[in-house]
Amino acid sequence: MSTHPFAVPYLPNTDSDRQEMLKAIGVDSAGDLFRDIPPKYRNPSLNLPAPLSEMELLGEVGSMAQQNLIPGEYACFLGGGAYRHYIPSVVRQIVSRGEFMTSYTPYQPEVSQGTLQATYEFQSLICQLTGMEVANAGMYDGASSFAEAALMACRLTKRDRIAVLDTVSPSYREVLVTYALPQGLQVDTVTPGTAYLEEGTACLLVQSPNFLGYLEELEHLSRRTHDQGALLVVATDPIYLGMFRTPGDYDADIVTAEGQPLGVPLSFGGPYVGIFACKEKYLRQMPGRIVGRTLDSRGREGYVLTLQTREQHIRRERATSNICTSEALVALAATVYLSALGKRGLRQVAELCYHKAHYASSLISQIPGYSLPVQGTFFKEFVIRCPLPPHEINTRLLEHGIIGGLDISAHISDGMLLCFTEMNTREEIESLVGVLAEVGKRA
Amino acid sequence: MTTPELDLVRRRRQLLMDRSVSGRVATTLPPLDVPVQRLPSEELLRRDLQLPEVTEGELVRYFAHLSQLNFSVDTNFYPLGSCTMKYNPKLHDEVASLPGLSQIHPRQPDSTLQGALKLMYQLQSYLAEITGMAGVSLAPLAGAHGELAGMLMARAYHLERGDTRRSTVLVPDSAHGTNPASAAMAGFEVVTVPSDRRGNMDLEALKSMISDRLAAIMITMPNTLGLFEPDIAKICQMVYEVGGIVYGDGANMNALLGRAKLGELGFDVVHTNLHKTFSTPHGGGGPGAGPVCVSSRLVPYLPAPVVERGNGGEGEEYHLVAPEKTIGKIAAFHGAFGVLVRAYTYIRLLGESGLRQASEDAVINANYILSQLKGDYHLPYDRPCMHEVVFSANKQKANGVRALDIAKRLIDYGIHPPTMYFPLIVEEALMIEPTETESKETLDYFIHAMKTIAQEAEGSPQLLKSAPHNTPNTRLDEARAARQPDLRWKQS
Repeated sequence: MSTHPFAVPYLPNTDSDRQEMLKAIGVDSAGDLFRDIPPKYRNPSLNLPAPLSEMELLGEVGSMAQQNLIPGEYACFLGGGAYRHYIPSVVRQIVSRGEFMTSYTPYQPEVSQGTLQATYEFQSLICQLTGMEVANAGMYDGASSFAEAALMACRLTKRDRIAVLDTVSPSYREVLVTYALPQGLQVDTVTPGTAYLEEGTACLLVQSPNFLGYLEELEHLSRRTHDQGALLVVATDPIYLGMFRTPGDYDADIVTAEGQPLGVPLSFGGPYVGIFACKEKYLRQMPGRIVGRTLDSRGREGYVLTLQTREQHIRRERATSNICTSEALVALAATVYLSALGKRGLRQVAELCYHKAHYASSLISQIPGYSLPVQGTFFKEFVIRCPLPPHEINTRLLEHGIIGGLDISAHISDGMLLCFTEMNTREEIESLVGVLAEVGKRA
Repeated sequence: MTTPELDLVRRRRQLLMDRSVSGRVATTLPPLDVPVQRLPSEELLRRDLQLPEVTEGELVRYFAHLSQLNFSVDTNFYPLGSCTMKYNPKLHDEVASLPGLSQIHPRQPDSTLQGALKLMYQLQSYLAEITGMAGVSLAPLAGAHGELAGMLMARAYHLERGDTRRSTVLVPDSAHGTNPASAAMAGFEVVTVPSDRRGNMDLEALKSMISDRLAAIMITMPNTLGLFEPDIAKICQMVYEVGGIVYGDGANMNALLGRAKLGELGFDVVHTNLHKTFSTPHGGGGPGAGPVCVSSRLVPYLPAPVVERGNGGEGEEYHLVAPEKTIGKIAAFHGAFGVLVRAYTYIRLLGESGLRQASEDAVINANYILSQLKGDYHLPYDRPCMHEVVFSANKQKANGVRALDIAKRLIDYGIHPPTMYFPLIVEEALMIEPTETESKETLDYFIHAMKTIAQEAEGSPQLLKSAPHNTPNTRLDEARAARQPDLRWKQS
């Protein structure tokens, strides 16, 4: 029990400082400064737990953290939009620097060149990775980036229908609907085979690899979309781009992605960063922050936030979006990750994922009772059909120290989405296969 | 002709691709431990990938140098108005990095995440208590994202009741640009409410704008002038009576912790900026978090998911659920969890007394600056402020000196500039928010610097107009940047 008055370590002013300042202000007490608040509503009590010391707090939160099962301690085969990849320690070290972590949006370029130049690097590397001409500084996450791409396509084409493939992540489609409907836009869900676009469709939204892990036929979809004067928006996985052709190669107009796989901890779903890149001719309808290189008054190169007349603080209700943040620190992590891995490292990570996933699929497809219900080329995720409801299988896997795949039986009967990355060892994969076989036998 | 010094400057800021040397690596990966599988057809594979090839040491030196080109809360006084650049406690970063929090997957079953869900549940209840609201969703990933969620809730609420005529949203002229932008994104038409001479909303004008076509009003409290609206409860009542929703922009909530609850004043929704009020680091422009807190009539509409507590066989159990009439998902997962953890930690460390003291000190610090500088700078609204004070550089303008020049000259004194030219209703605005984590000594240094600059504006205005003088770049040509966009590295 604390026996002395509680002091807050982050409040430097002492009682005598406060008295001296109040005297200088010309009031008797701090209460006088709050007198615009009607008395009836002033100084309500806050029913919060008693404050803790640092040590006690670490203990309390530490014990909550221990109640969670940690991928890594458990073999984990979950993907579905967030992926466990190895993060080189250099990434964590750099994003932990206070100069990056505790600065604001770089409105004052003379004292923000660090953040600005790092963001320019991010934009450059994202363009190179996606095969696109321009990229912004970052969006909230992959899903909101995808929805904003649809809104942008509607502004560009002045059309108000959005077509989205039914193979796109259900959560992405849900976010799309949340964003699009209030603006009076219509969302049509179409299948890859019959991707016929209704009259007045602004864009076709595709995810490749799709929610089930499989590649879409971008060449074909691109041609059909462009034939109808609509734009092609492709959501993708940045690790996949280490190995496969880019959406830019297929003439995509806008490319979005979840940036989390690039050196960002899973952290239960956030904070992440949305990747957003497009053709240069569409630049002025792009949402979000953009950094540009320019010259200072002495002719030296430097960086600034640019094309700000698109943005809410200038354009208010006529802005391209209400977004303010660029998830700058998360984008910095992605930048350091891409630089640390380099051209060969990223390819290597992608190939490790590919071979492990395909090794696993070759083993699982041989287990009696299991099958691969989806045809096509996949990257690091694929769907299995199970002889039992997937949630029952997952319960059994958990008993063996394995966090199984994502139950997608709502989309594919008895379907489970499995994900494999460089973090999954052969031993983990084989023990997954072993337990699946054992569980399958009793079905 | 180059000198070693110039060469050093150039080398230090050379872009990654320009320092790339084939064969250099910065990390190693394990060998493939499974049999090699057949690759897909060559035409699906990419032939070239342009990424830098550098060593780890070089990477560290480059980014460490870049970091040193920034001002930050860790290195400088940063009185950027409306941004609440308070100190970000280091413990919170450590807590957020615990493997049990930073390494968990968002699609794990709820049963394997009870600790994380309990933390979120408790944070929901703390934020509800602090704002005086009935329900909370932690899903919004930033302040503007929370605003959008709030506007979508207002829309869903009216439509659910068959009330389809409500097309307008009122926004005061002092509001942040995100407010009108968020209302427009939710499909509303924005109408601007003028301010009166005291810096409050013009009540007469407001009355004339209120009708049964009103969907919502968006109010920042205290407003962006740093002033608390004495008639706020009356305004909320007026809007309530015509069936409108009162939205609170919580950007300035640092003045109100334990001082007033927006829910009690009559607000229906308020978003909280965890990166402002609750001390999570701003990260150079994100990540933040903008949880939305709502009154009981909006609880069913909250964005998904929210955490609910139930009673299972073995005691309490926490689950992610979608509220009954939810506006839907606004992001792929459940919120900026790493940010939520830091805010949780902050609230647990301060408790009721600490939070109330934090707001009191933030307000004392701002009023202290107001009292010391009002002789030197024009104070457009001469009354006690809350957590921030807005001056105008109108007095200095006579000498050809603008708010921008004063801001840039502060950099020479090692201080980050205040927010400039905002709110829009103040000419040559300089908006100063010291926060509670700055000592009187720091404030006295700032006051000294500002007084010196006021003198310099009279005696040697050129000194201000050419500032800053000691930064890696002098003033940058923003017009050139916009006219000739150079937005990415290109092979030279």
